[in-house]
Amino acid sequence: MTAFLPLALLTLPLVAALISFALPDTRAAWRDATNIIFALVKLVLVGFLLLQAQGGVDFEWRYEFLPGHDFVLRVDAIALLFVTLSTFLWLIATIYAIAYFERGPNLARFFGFFNLCVLSATGVAISGTAITFFSFYELLTLATWPLVVHKGDEKSLTAGRVYLTYTLAGSAAFLAGILWLKALVGPLEFAAPPDLSPVPTLTLILIFVLLIGGLGVKAALLPFHGWLPQAMAAPAPVSALLHAVAVVKAGAYGILRVVHDIYGAGTVADLGLGLPLAFLASATILYGSLRAVMQNDIKKRLAYSTVSQVSYIVLGASLAGPIAAVGALVHLVHQGIMKITLFMCAGALANRLHIKAVTELDGAGRLMPVTMASFTIGALGMIGVPPVAGFISKWYLGSGGLEAGDAWVIAVLAGSSLLNSAYFLPLLYRAWLLPPQGDHAPVAELTGGWNRMLVLPAAVTALASLGAGLFASFPFSPLEWVSLIVDAGYLR
Amino acid sequence: MSPLDLLVVAPLVFMVLSLLAGGWQRSLLALAIATMAALSVWLMTLDPGTAHVVGGWELPLGVLLRADGLAQMLVPAVTLTAGLTGLYALHQFAPESHASNAQTAAFWPLYYLMWSAANAAFLTTDLFNLYVTLEMASIAAVAMAAMGSVRAALRYLLIALLGSIFYLLGVALILSRYGTVDVTLLAGMAEADFATALALALMTGGLLVKAALFPLHGWLPPAHAAAPAPASALLSGLVVKIGFVITVRLWFEGLAAAATPAGLHVLGGIGALAILFGSLQAIRQESLKALVAYSTVAQIGYLFLAFPLIAGAGHAWAGLSFHAVAHMIAKAAMFLAAGLMLKAAAGPRIADLAGLARAMPLTVTAFGLAAVSLMGLPPSGGFSAKFLLVDAALRQGQAIHAAVMLIGGLLAAVYLFRPLAVAFSGSETPVVPPKAPSMVAAPLALALAALLLGFAGGPLADLATGGAPATVAPEPLPALEDTVETASEDEQ
Repeated sequence: MTAFLPLALLTLPLVAALISFALPDTRAAWRDATNIIFALVKLVLVGFLLLQAQGGVDFEWRYEFLPGHDFVLRVDAIALLFVTLSTFLWLIATIYAIAYFERGPNLARFFGFFNLCVLSATGVAISGTAITFFSFYELLTLATWPLVVHKGDEKSLTAGRVYLTYTLAGSAAFLAGILWLKALVGPLEFAAPPDLSPVPTLTLILIFVLLIGGLGVKAALLPFHGWLPQAMAAPAPVSALLHAVAVVKAGAYGILRVVHDIYGAGTVADLGLGLPLAFLASATILYGSLRAVMQNDIKKRLAYSTVSQVSYIVLGASLAGPIAAVGALVHLVHQGIMKITLFMCAGALANRLHIKAVTELDGAGRLMPVTMASFTIGALGMIGVPPVAGFISKWYLGSGGLEAGDAWVIAVLAGSSLLNSAYFLPLLYRAWLLPPQGDHAPVAELTGGWNRMLVLPAAVTALASLGAGLFASFPFSPLEWVSLIVDAGYLR
Repeated sequence: MSPLDLLVVAPLVFMVLSLLAGGWQRSLLALAIATMAALSVWLMTLDPGTAHVVGGWELPLGVLLRADGLAQMLVPAVTLTAGLTGLYALHQFAPESHASNAQTAAFWPLYYLMWSAANAAFLTTDLFNLYVTLEMASIAAVAMAAMGSVRAALRYLLIALLGSIFYLLGVALILSRYGTVDVTLLAGMAEADFATALALALMTGGLLVKAALFPLHGWLPPAHAAAPAPASALLSGLVVKIGFVITVRLWFEGLAAAATPAGLHVLGGIGALAILFGSLQAIRQESLKALVAYSTVAQIGYLFLAFPLIAGAGHAWAGLSFHAVAHMIAKAAMFLAAGLMLKAAAGPRIADLAGLARAMPLTVTAFGLAAVSLMGLPPSGGFSAKFLLVDAALRQGQAIHAAVMLIGGLLAAVYLFRPLAVAFSGSETPVVPPKAPSMVAAPLALALAALLLGFAGGPLADLATGGAPATVAPEPLPALEDTVETASEDEQ
């Protein structure tokens, strides 16, 4: 029976998607209830899996979907980390999305694809082979496209086109890479790396470039990041999910899998590929931050910040050594909860006060204090101010760099933190210390169902990112969990 | 009687009945679908290779009908495609519909004639009998095309006749050389001499016209784009597959001795050009149906691109069979959906589709799902097909073929997402109530079938390789199997 638990993780969002598609807009309340209930049930299921995993049980479901190619769903410790993150944030984002749209048009479609998107992200997390991973990775592209073009205006359609151009080309490269490697060494399971010794070095390097290049598109690695700022045309709940757990994380997670499960960190270092990847990630970190400083649109600024922050994960993955690996994995979680906070706040500001640009933020702290407080926590975390979660990530990444003998990593991190301050602190200054510009009345954030549902999700994730930092050494904190995974031999 | 006879004869009986049925077409169709579905299931349960001599005349005088894996996949797919297309056509060619009486009276006999021709073509191994099926299909196809544009139909007729002449010349050569035209007998006798090679070349030339392989595709786009939607679905789904399957029978079974690697590579190269040319033409089209028709030109290319891969490592034979089935089903779904969309749209151009995703969500869903399969994205039959073909190409070191197939998928995304994006634009379109439920259900069911095909890859691949000709690598081995034995063992 337990073999079917991984399947249940996918079935729940699938059923929620089908129900959402089927219910007409006149039954919107039913649809909302369905979405929340399914998200809750999945959270309970994940809790159960967590307890089982404590006992060292791995869940696997295997099916030969083509001759010689197994479709494998495996819930191991690292998958569970990602699944827990996405399930928790799915619940939060669903509640937020319901309040954000209230009763707008085309929501049956929206929530249907929203659920398919979550299904794909879960599938990406629990994929046990490269082919399985690819299937969900591609499904994710297809499920997010309708969300990106949801508004149906010219800007969204352009964003959708750019998004598809980048991501489909990226997945084609990735598919070519895995099939090529598979033709040489047999099936690529995410367990122990296969024996790559019969393959010529140059071929291995080429395949690595194909794989990382393909995944780097979704992870918004330089120079493939162009789609991400454009995708800001999507509604705020979509951006929140895209930046926190769905698309960019799928890319970063894939890079972790390629480096550690397909090639093995040792081989990557032997081939001399680790350092170039680390340089590329560092360049992306600095470039994203620099571009963020120049943006006046809040969502665009956040988008470039994502470009920068996701590359922390890639940086950690590319540096040899367990401490950097801890930094990479823990940032996967920390960046998720912090970034979703920021996007949900930005969406709430745009929705209630029509604030979209940095220059319009004056006095927002007085008008929506709870939202701005959440935003502040998220922003401080991104900068790396202790005790918010982002500090822990940067600490481990920096120590990991030192451990690996790459002291320059510290400089990159410091430079990035400086730039992070440069693009976040002015926002906080304007919001808290300048008087409001227009004649907006303060928003009653905690009265009325819609307002509460719009404001509280961000507050919850803000507190979570504070808690993940404050209680980092407690059991079940992301850091402790990641350390357990790494101690157990993963990512060595 | 065996199901093999009945699958050919029953549609002919229904053809005669349809001439007499008058207002009873609906009941007749229900009876036909039930009969053919039962026979198809029976066919699938037969042992692969089961053969039956019609009328008790022994070979070489008699005519052999045989159920090999390819036929066991294609005939049920024809039943599904033709059956659902028939349900759709009931509302377009019903006595009370707006179609002219002449069209209504003509459609149904042609429809059953085509059904019989397709089944006969996939089941028979007699080259002359195959010629008869080609002509039956051509007559039905030309007449159906004439319902849309007489000019396009005449062009089609002339070119089809030319193709027939070439084919018939080849058959005559074979008959004079070997004294038999049965593929199974020829397989044991054929030699690689000049006469055989010439016959193979002549027949192939004729068949490529019928299969609309680039550069002999000129007749297809105008005919398929102008015909009524159900006719287009049958033309693109069934008719072009007939020429293709006969070519397969010749090259890999009957005249395999004369099928040189160079010849296979020429066909593969033409297939690659067809993919690129058809896709680029599809991208340039402004009319929706012309776009879908050019997509057929491109998809036919995959079928021939697979030719040089069949004998080598991998599962190219299964991939080829998958592609024939997946394209049949998905393309029929797409033509039917396009027919409904164009009825609701302001004009025939892609730009006229604005807002349809809201106006007719189920139909646009059908179009989208069919597009997923045609693009070869997971999970779908199209993905399984392309996956096996790319895998085989890479295992055999045919990197260019693999690259063409992956690029073809990207180009398909370019042209297929264009109508979808337009359909998603605008959000205030009123919902169009469907004219008849079965008209909406038919394309949706076909598209879902194309999708579900992706989940049944393992069993279907077994089915496809059952009774496959000896030229197909019986137990495909991974490349480098001597160097990485463990990997290949895992795979088994």
